[in-house]
Amino acid sequence: MTTLDATTGQAAPSGWAAGLKDRLQQLLAFASLIVIFGFFSVASSSFFTYGNVTNILFSTVVIGTLALGTTFVIITGGIDLSIGTGMALCAVMSGVFITNMGIAVPLGVLLTLLFGGLIGLVNGFNVSVLRLPPFIATLAMMLVAQGLALVISHSAPIYFTKDPGYVKISTGSIFGVNFPNAVLVLLVAVVVSVVLLNKTILGRYTYSIGSNEEATALSGINVRRWKIVIYTLAGLFIGLAGVMISARLGSAQPATGMGYELQAIAAVVIGGTSLAGGKGSVVGTVIGALIISVLNNGLQIMSIPQEWQNVVLGLVILVAVYADMIRKKEA
Amino acid sequence: MTAEVAGSEHLLEVRGVSKGFPGVRALHEMHLTLRHGEVLALVGENGAGKSTLMKLLSGIYTADAGEFWLAGRPLSVSGPKDALEQGISIIHQEFNLMPHLTVAQNIFIGREPRVAGFLSDREQNRRAAELLDRLGLPLKPRQVVGNLTVARQQMVEIAKALSYDARVLIMDEPTAALNDAEVSTLHDLIRRFRSPETGVIYISHRMDELKAISDRVTVIRDGEYVDTVDTRATSMPEVISLMVGRTLTSEARPQGVRADRETVLEVEGLCTKDLLKDVGFDLRKGEILGFAGLMGAGRTEVARALVGADKMSAGTVRLRGRQVRIHNPAEAARHRIGYLSEDRKNLGLLLEQDVASNIAISSVAERFTTFGFVDFKAMRERAKEMVRTLGIKTPSVQQTTKNLSGGNQQKVVIAKWLVKDCDILIFDEPTRGIDVGAKEEIYRLLNDLAEQGKSIVMISSELPEVLRMSHRIVVMTEGRVSGVLDSDEATQESVMHLATLRPDENLRDAAELGLVDESVLASAVPGAGDDRKDPDQ
Repeated sequence: MTTLDATTGQAAPSGWAAGLKDRLQQLLAFASLIVIFGFFSVASSSFFTYGNVTNILFSTVVIGTLALGTTFVIITGGIDLSIGTGMALCAVMSGVFITNMGIAVPLGVLLTLLFGGLIGLVNGFNVSVLRLPPFIATLAMMLVAQGLALVISHSAPIYFTKDPGYVKISTGSIFGVNFPNAVLVLLVAVVVSVVLLNKTILGRYTYSIGSNEEATALSGINVRRWKIVIYTLAGLFIGLAGVMISARLGSAQPATGMGYELQAIAAVVIGGTSLAGGKGSVVGTVIGALIISVLNNGLQIMSIPQEWQNVVLGLVILVAVYADMIRKKEA
Repeated sequence: MTAEVAGSEHLLEVRGVSKGFPGVRALHEMHLTLRHGEVLALVGENGAGKSTLMKLLSGIYTADAGEFWLAGRPLSVSGPKDALEQGISIIHQEFNLMPHLTVAQNIFIGREPRVAGFLSDREQNRRAAELLDRLGLPLKPRQVVGNLTVARQQMVEIAKALSYDARVLIMDEPTAALNDAEVSTLHDLIRRFRSPETGVIYISHRMDELKAISDRVTVIRDGEYVDTVDTRATSMPEVISLMVGRTLTSEARPQGVRADRETVLEVEGLCTKDLLKDVGFDLRKGEILGFAGLMGAGRTEVARALVGADKMSAGTVRLRGRQVRIHNPAEAARHRIGYLSEDRKNLGLLLEQDVASNIAISSVAERFTTFGFVDFKAMRERAKEMVRTLGIKTPSVQQTTKNLSGGNQQKVVIAKWLVKDCDILIFDEPTRGIDVGAKEEIYRLLNDLAEQGKSIVMISSELPEVLRMSHRIVVMTEGRVSGVLDSDEATQESVMHLATLRPDENLRDAAELGLVDESVLASAVPGAGDDRKDPDQ
């Protein structure tokens, strides 16, 4: 509850009355999260346990990180399809830096983040200087990244066996108790995103561009430059996700990644961010990502086959977006 | 029997038609008669009600009162398609063509010929060829419309309109984008279309054309019928004085700005690829420089080119004595030039965001940000201050901007540029969509700003507004400056003259001098000199 209150104070692009309406979708998403959570707790005794809740959070990390960066892009009215395979490419690069080149883990992680930023920079350049539609620019990047990941790794996983410290980024627990570091990383990423989106000039322009790109440009803002910045930021999150997934697996898997972008976009949309741009929040995205994890986890615990999980997820997206449209019509 | 005779005399009749929109009376007891076989010119200033009348005739709007008669029968139209089927074809200024489709496909859109239930290109092309042949148009059915010149695209529109067996053909400024040769081709086409069963309503501002093509001229003004005159028996000054006939507001007009005021902005030889040709003017400190002209004369384009929203293909801009090149609105803002678009809702405001965000958007980076962090409190304080000084009516600065009235939204945009410290403000239609009381407030605000030493460019389609507010008036026509008038020599007539002329050689010379004097004007337009004798205007 505290997290939500914190954002209600911060999601300040609109006035009080309008703000309340905006928050309704978030509240709705939050309420559905509680309902789904409650349902599984009743349905299965092994669902609401410390171990399983931690497990849910742990499994939210990768999708959550990707979804955070994408939230910025989607609020500008854009889209980023390259985050899934871009993440796989970053994971491979992390393996190249740390295992193949023997670079120390902290520096290797930093380089991986920067590599992700580079992917985003290229996307941003293509979208804002070459003026390609974001869908096309990032679709192309999705394929390029997928191919490069395989080429660079010779289609084989890269293991981090020499550097046990790397794996600890994800599965270790600095607090001693059984609470994975990955969740802490996600928390920090969430806080950074909330601050960026709500407290900085970057966030201000992110909303402005999505709200009305041409009016923003005519107001004297260098929209092109800021779009590059925003895509680059999303790229840094791709790099972070690459580190988190390879640390969790203890290896860089070049063939993974495809499909993560859609799950991340689903999380953003369930969280009430409009694909038309101008509206959205980080907390909404976090709730959206949690709904996806809770559903996957709960359905698994209830021994419902994997195939059905996607069916349910698809229906949840339909309901969430439809509810959002109804709300907008009433407003 | 008598009714039928009367009916057969008038092909189309508009009787006492009124149409209002919230806050606006677009048409009031309008009447108009189109005789069989005639070309009736319909003239009026911007906003006189011509397009409302057309939208009523095509069934896009429904009249509040009054009736339409077609060939002696009451006419009721449920929509554009129904209008076409009843024999009323309208060619709008903006074409309604699908550029990727062929000529034939465009002509028969919505009623494609079928053979055994399947579309038949062959039948369609055959019928189109027949039609084009009958009309004598140099088009081929299979040409892709997007590849045609504007003039030929217009021919496609005409062919499409006439393919419905039109009895009444209405053309809205059909020659706006055509050269002289194309205009005469169009006129030939109109003459050939004219028959005892048909008639044409021809909307245009070009007086020379009205002489050439029309039998009678109907003048409307402020949504009301003014008069109808025989074209042969009238003169251009007479038509113009009918068009602008209203009396000026009693407000004191500004004195011409003193020549010793420093010049802040000088524009020379400004051209754009599409429209502007050799536009030049200068703006002095504390001056309101009005831009008058008809729709499409290029006034907005000048503003957009100036702030870098559109590309200049040639020309120099000197700002406060220094030559500058402005590539985008961000650079213009850095040079403290603010542009207030005519399309406030789409280009001026972030409607879904609150008042404070809108006021601060241009200046947030330099004034309300430390190390990238936005100081929302300072931003809101500054916004509150602007709300107070400009008298913006809003419950709070956190109100969503779309909930404000038009006048208050305009003030929000003004506040945005004042917070940015702009000293050159370009207003494009500053009072469009704003009700009368709020207009006065905007006028007062503009005067205050000018007195404080801001330099203002005011583009407006409302002549009384331009005359009342401006120290000097730049008149544009077809992408050129046709004259610059001081406030004491500007009248509705003199501005209208300059705005309705086709720029011929004399006027082009005059434009280069930056001024059109009366002898030039008189030689370019027969009768213009007589008009000047009228002491009241």
